Amino acid sequence: MASEFIRARAPAHAISALPIAARWWSGSAWGWMGVAALTLFVLVPAGNLLVPQGHMLHVSDYTVTLAGKILCYAIVALAMDLIWGYTGILSLGHGLFFALGGYAMGMYLMRSIGRDGVSGSDLPDFMVFLDWKAYPWYWSFTDQFWYAALLVVLVPGVLAFVFGYFAFRSRIKGVYFSIITQALTYAFMLLFFRNDTGFGGNNGFTDFKRILGFPIAAPETRVALFMLTGAALGGFLLLGRAIVSSKLGRVLTAIRDAETRVMFSGYNPVYFKLFIWTLSAIICGIAGALYVPQVGIINPSEMSPANSIEIAIWTAVGGRGTLIGPIFGAVAVNLGKSWFTVALPEYWLYVLGLLFIVVTLYLPRGLAGPLSRKTS
Amino acid sequence: MAAWGIAACAFALPPEAVSHIAFGDNDAKLSAIDELVGRGDLSALPLLQGLLDGEVQTIGADRVLLVKGDTAVDAVSGQAVTPVPEGRDDVVVNNRLRRALATGIAALRLAAPEREVRLAAAKELRNSADDAALPAIAGALTKESDPEVRGLLALTQASIELASPDRATRIGAVRALAASDTGATKTLLTALLERRGNVYVEPDAEIRAAAERSLRAVDQRLLTGEILARIFSGISLGTILLLAALGLAITYGLMGVINLAHGELIMIGAYATYVVQNVFRLHAPAAFDLYPIVALPFAFAVSAGVGILLERTVICHLYGRPLETLLATWGLSLLLIQGVRTIFGAQNVQVENPNWMSGGFEIMTNVVLPWSRVVIIGFTACIVVALWLLLTRTRLGLFMRAVTQNRPMAGALGVRTPRVDMLAFGLGSGIAGLAGCALSQIGNVGPDLGQSYIVDSFMVVVLGGVGQLVGTVYAALGLGLVNKFIEAWQGAVLAKIAVLVFIIIFIQKRPQGLFALKGRTVEA
Repeated sequence: MASEFIRARAPAHAISALPIAARWWSGSAWGWMGVAALTLFVLVPAGNLLVPQGHMLHVSDYTVTLAGKILCYAIVALAMDLIWGYTGILSLGHGLFFALGGYAMGMYLMRSIGRDGVSGSDLPDFMVFLDWKAYPWYWSFTDQFWYAALLVVLVPGVLAFVFGYFAFRSRIKGVYFSIITQALTYAFMLLFFRNDTGFGGNNGFTDFKRILGFPIAAPETRVALFMLTGAALGGFLLLGRAIVSSKLGRVLTAIRDAETRVMFSGYNPVYFKLFIWTLSAIICGIAGALYVPQVGIINPSEMSPANSIEIAIWTAVGGRGTLIGPIFGAVAVNLGKSWFTVALPEYWLYVLGLLFIVVTLYLPRGLAGPLSRKTS
Repeated sequence: MAAWGIAACAFALPPEAVSHIAFGDNDAKLSAIDELVGRGDLSALPLLQGLLDGEVQTIGADRVLLVKGDTAVDAVSGQAVTPVPEGRDDVVVNNRLRRALATGIAALRLAAPEREVRLAAAKELRNSADDAALPAIAGALTKESDPEVRGLLALTQASIELASPDRATRIGAVRALAASDTGATKTLLTALLERRGNVYVEPDAEIRAAAERSLRAVDQRLLTGEILARIFSGISLGTILLLAALGLAITYGLMGVINLAHGELIMIGAYATYVVQNVFRLHAPAAFDLYPIVALPFAFAVSAGVGILLERTVICHLYGRPLETLLATWGLSLLLIQGVRTIFGAQNVQVENPNWMSGGFEIMTNVVLPWSRVVIIGFTACIVVALWLLLTRTRLGLFMRAVTQNRPMAGALGVRTPRVDMLAFGLGSGIAGLAGCALSQIGNVGPDLGQSYIVDSFMVVVLGGVGQLVGTVYAALGLGLVNKFIEAWQGAVLAKIAVLVFIIIFIQKRPQGLFALKGRTVEA
């Protein structure tokens, strides 16, 4: 009964006036892209590696890592925007895809530790503590970087594809979809918390030593990872732009605004949704893979339902249905979080909570809403 | 101390026996103990127990005192002796005497007129008896009329007699053990059937056959007990899920509002209980056992108030936009968690059970039902019935159902839908408060309490099918039972994962939930 109530009202909640973000790609937008690229690839690396410590323009290692981490979050927010902002499907499972990509990369990083761990064994320390004698089958080949990279894409991709196929085929949508993605994430979190699952239990993976032979804590490696993350973000932004301005993008937006009408016009929404859902999960997985070597740890708390909901607020703050908005949203919220958790830790949850309420009540289009009105 | 006081006025022991115990050699002591036990007089208990605990002391060559801390009584007359005299000597007992004392004490207590004392003595003997206690047990068996005490004693006798040299006695003992339901008996019987190499440890084939038969009976009873225990814990878990989900069944099931702050309303109910408990402890410690009577309505009122406030300020602006409601209520839940942390601190707080809720109810030797769980099961049943009556028999319930089925039509017929929304939300929140009050009795109370229930309670509502109370009831009990049975087989975490995965798959098949599906159960 109530589900009918929700369904009957569904069109009303869709924000029909969102543009297809065309205005971000005028000449000035390309100008901004250039500035961003300059910062990413010249200013930050030079500030970190060339400017001596103590100098006013020096960029500390901490800042590079923080910036890299936030860029990873921005990629996640972008992925969330594709599925939520453009297609109207609110996923509460993006934290899971992010973590799965991270774990896939983490497996490679654990294997690269070699015998330099505390126990000095071929196996990671946590397996030695569990008294395991060999790697379980799902760890095979993970010492090869190419295979780990493949896993980064395949694991979130296949999971999202299978889950999405069944969910979309049974026409699960709206909050139902959100809730079962949350349940999925929660189930995986419980699974990864077990020691016997073979992913390090509570502690997850940490104490990485090197990546592709380079020492992982060296400033050069960090800067390289940072630049790689920036390049990935730029690449995904262009990809997102290509998708949303294509006919495919138009169908996605139409699904968001009036799914039944799309169906009656002769399109099968299942495959459109499945495509963008799987792509979004893969992008998340790649973001996770870039995140782990920079932050140096991955554990199951990344899969907690709270984390996935937070991703939604990054996107909402910046402005759903614009490509740049979520990136700014992720950067702004996470900078705020970094500042608050150091300066006023007990107030951060108040700020975050209010952010959720204020944005949903008063800024349904996020910060991009008022900003774009000003520019137009 | 109470026993001490009673003992002091009921003393009248034969002085020569007491004197033998205190000053005689070990044989004299033994026969004196036997004499005291033989009289079957409970007033000898404090002296014997004191002897065992090293509290009997002598002064000079004739006075015997029972000294406990800084009080002393005369062992013969039972008169208090103040002040405690100086120059006392300890009465020393060796191991042989200790055994005799322990058996004697048990035998005396088995002869007590109160059933509880005899039952307690019989239970104690079950764990510690050896053949020295056999005469005492046999004596008590001839006089005992209570079936429970008799059963216990007979089993204890049988397990002691297993070691008897007489073959007929042993066979009888093995057969008698078939009536037992403890794991200890199983170990005893299994030992009889053990093999060393190719040779049975027990040479007598008839005893082995009898042991095998008895073992089967014991196994059967143990299995029954285990299944009963599991069903009980499944139902108990189910009612807890139900409590957490009932409020949600109203706000989500009936109104279609996704309230992710529902868990925090449960948490607020638990904290309200904590406050009431503290007030009682401070101002009315004598009435502490009655605090739940005040805590229940208080928790309901506080959570309902907070819920109505949330509805009026935030949620009412978001009707018809479920995804936004989800995010906004998540924000509210963060505010509530942090608010409680600011007020009460981040640590868990201590909510104490009232006395009548501690302890348990033993239905079999290995199946104890804790009172707190039993009370919660009953309490949940009451809430379900009350809620059902409210929804089907009152005007508000009628309006709520009308708004659920067709909001514009209900509005057109004069139902003030915003008011109904507010009251329904308040009701759902209040029930969350009641759930918090109940959960505070069996788990930790901390700011994160609600977070651990939110996924589970949504699963219950989604599985049960939205819009129907009865679906929620079935789903909660079904999930509780399934969870506990998988838990026995695969461990708690995997059980939980299995249940979640099951629900996810189930929802793919039946997005409308369980209850549209008549005549099938959760396991289907």
